[in-house]
Amino acid sequence: MSMPAAALMILLLGIVLWIVTTPLHAMPHLRRRRAGQRADLEAQREAKYQEIRDTELDFQTGKLSVQDHEAVDGALRREALAILDRISALEQAEKAEGAEPAAS
Amino acid sequence: MPSLGTGALLLGIVVCLYGIGASIYGVRTDQDRWIESGRRSVYALAVTMICAFAVLEVALLSNDWAFNTVADTSSVTTPLLYKVAAVWASQEGSLLLWALLSALWSSLALFLVKGRMREIAAYATAVLLAFDAFFIFLMLGYANPFNTTHPAPVEGAGLDPLLRFPTMMIHPPMIYSGYTLCIVPFAFGVGALITRKVDAEWLKVMRRFALAAWIFLGIGIVLGARWSYSELGWGGYWGWDAVENAALLPWLAATAFIHSLMIQEKRGMLKVWNASLVFAMGTLAIMGTFLVRSGILDSIHAFGGATLGVPFVILIGAMIAGSIYLVVSRRDVLRSEHQLDSLLSRESAFLLNNLVLAGLAFVIFWGTFFPIISEALTGREASVGSPWFDRYTVPLALVLVLLSGIGPVIAWRRATFANALRNLRAPILVALAVCVAVLGAGVSGKPLAVVMFAFAGFALAAVAQEYWRGTRVRARSTGQRPPRALLGLMRRNRRRYGGYIVHIGIAALFIGVAASSSFQHSVEPRLKVGQKIKIDGYTMRYVRPTASVTPKYDAAHTGATLSLGAVIRVTKGGKYVTTLLPAEGFYDSGEPSQGSVGHLIGGQAVSHVALNSTPFRDLWAAVAPEITAPQLERILKAGNKAIPVNRPEEAMIVLALMGREYLKNTPVAEFHFEVSPMVMWIWIGALIILCGGLIAIFPSPRVLARRVSVSVRKPAPVRGRERDQVPA
Repeated sequence: MSMPAAALMILLLGIVLWIVTTPLHAMPHLRRRRAGQRADLEAQREAKYQEIRDTELDFQTGKLSVQDHEAVDGALRREALAILDRISALEQAEKAEGAEPAAS
Repeated sequence: MPSLGTGALLLGIVVCLYGIGASIYGVRTDQDRWIESGRRSVYALAVTMICAFAVLEVALLSNDWAFNTVADTSSVTTPLLYKVAAVWASQEGSLLLWALLSALWSSLALFLVKGRMREIAAYATAVLLAFDAFFIFLMLGYANPFNTTHPAPVEGAGLDPLLRFPTMMIHPPMIYSGYTLCIVPFAFGVGALITRKVDAEWLKVMRRFALAAWIFLGIGIVLGARWSYSELGWGGYWGWDAVENAALLPWLAATAFIHSLMIQEKRGMLKVWNASLVFAMGTLAIMGTFLVRSGILDSIHAFGGATLGVPFVILIGAMIAGSIYLVVSRRDVLRSEHQLDSLLSRESAFLLNNLVLAGLAFVIFWGTFFPIISEALTGREASVGSPWFDRYTVPLALVLVLLSGIGPVIAWRRATFANALRNLRAPILVALAVCVAVLGAGVSGKPLAVVMFAFAGFALAAVAQEYWRGTRVRARSTGQRPPRALLGLMRRNRRRYGGYIVHIGIAALFIGVAASSSFQHSVEPRLKVGQKIKIDGYTMRYVRPTASVTPKYDAAHTGATLSLGAVIRVTKGGKYVTTLLPAEGFYDSGEPSQGSVGHLIGGQAVSHVALNSTPFRDLWAAVAPEITAPQLERILKAGNKAIPVNRPEEAMIVLALMGREYLKNTPVAEFHFEVSPMVMWIWIGALIILCGGLIAIFPSPRVLARRVSVSVRKPAPVRGRERDQVPA
């Protein structure tokens, strides 16, 4: 291996080691588990909101009858509130834990 | 520098193995720092692959013939852009491109999910790194792009003439981006099933990457079709070639997934089906790479050697077995949460659409792999041609186009028959009007084409109606003028209205396919100078021959050493339409045994197609000049005899004499003329599909704004605040 190639190889090795080992030295605590649950519930909430808007648009554009719209919309809103309740419960649990990291 | 390239590959495989270990150890022992280190291994891998790729690019740009890959795919006179693209013209370079793109897309995916889906992402990291390790292993064990020869040759062989086409510079990276992006949902699917978390957030991530894979594969497929149409000289854009099909299969799986995923998002249904589609996408993407790179099936696109079959078969076997195990063992978490409310609903239309797409994929898979299957069962290789594919795919494509119109006008969950009929009335009337117009225009004898036009008209009308009604509703509720209301409608619901644009593109594309394949006129006459032939009302007259000689060592050399062609004057009803200039290029074979003159034109002969396109019809012409005519052979033999191989300048003079003789004493040339209606709509349709896909992939401004607000504000209690946000 020529000198420039060897120097570049060492540089590459150094960059790789720096990228890979940094988190092993200093990794901040994460409120990961609850954060993960919250992210999932928020994704569910967004999907449900979108579904409610889609249903409204379907109704407005004449794809749903009044009765069907009321039934579907009511069911969707109940589902959305259930998700909001779960988010709320999660936040209550987080609050109860105070400033302690929830990672353990 | 070759040692730097090989060193980067070795370092890459070490990084992969470390990352796999760190991710799995981290998730098993619940230690974030190891998970994070594993994730960062993917970034580190991207750095090593960029380094390896850069080494090969530098070697190509600096004409370092010591690299076998460079000597095989480039030459001093290869134009700069083709030199850059020559990396993926070789087996070795293609594998490197795959590993690079995979590392880059994997890095992007893991960066985008940083801090989310912790356990799923950890397993996904391990799977993604395992794929990269496989490809780096192939390079190190079977096809190292950094292998060298000493002493180095004095000149490279040059790029395969068939690949000297502008779109071929971007076609392989697009297809490979599609394939590598298909691996991302596969990896996250494995992670989700191992951790038993097939949740809404996982779906959100899956959708975006599946859509990105779908877009890239789509671009790659269309560019390949364009290359086939404009370069290969057989007059078609789709020949059901094994490698074309290999790219289409994961695209079909992705199309099905993008639709059925919505049912899981909204109703928690079809989880087994969606997991299977995600795994099918990944497995079919690897199969596609296998077909191009293994050389196991004959294909005009298969530029690889036949050395990589066994490792690929092992990988594909492992992917299939692992996927089946995961789906079966996690069937409890994949159970549907709801059932269909009504058979008349958008869910049902999507289900039917999925069945049609699965049917299409099965037919194409069977036809593509039939040669291998028949050889395994009977010992004889048999293959199926276009008529076989057309027999099964055309009816399925018709149903697909029809469904692309039905889906948008039916409501989610439940639609009443009266509502559905009211919404379908205008599209049905348009379809009938199209039928009457087409039959009234005297088109007959092609019932399937007429049905396709009618169904495409139906789909276009249905989507137009959706846009119109949505715009009217928004204009009424916001007081905006219709153009602004339309823009607002699309901005607020990019996914739905981007999807509808894709449906418009599909209809346009199939109109082009149906018209061009059903009403194409084609002749293959042998003409002397001055002779003419009529085709579909157009008169093609062979006005005069053309000949040009370009020395290979000339800096302006971009293609053939000798090019023989024709000037074709096209008229219709006595009126001038256009002039077509088809030609055929003859390339240097690099084989001195063919003689000093013979080797200059003894390589591949490549057709340079002449094309005149309008939205209504394409005039397409190719010529196969008789290079072996006695008067030309006589000059060639005399030149081979008189001039030694080490005097190429004099050999070029003999080629010039051959060119002059061809112009003076022109032999009969074989032509291929085609008049194909509406081919341009295939490319226009593809562009519309691309636009729709791009609109659908980006989140709406509302979601972006919410992400920003979430990142800058502390979370507030849900009750009261968020209840108010449930859409009114």
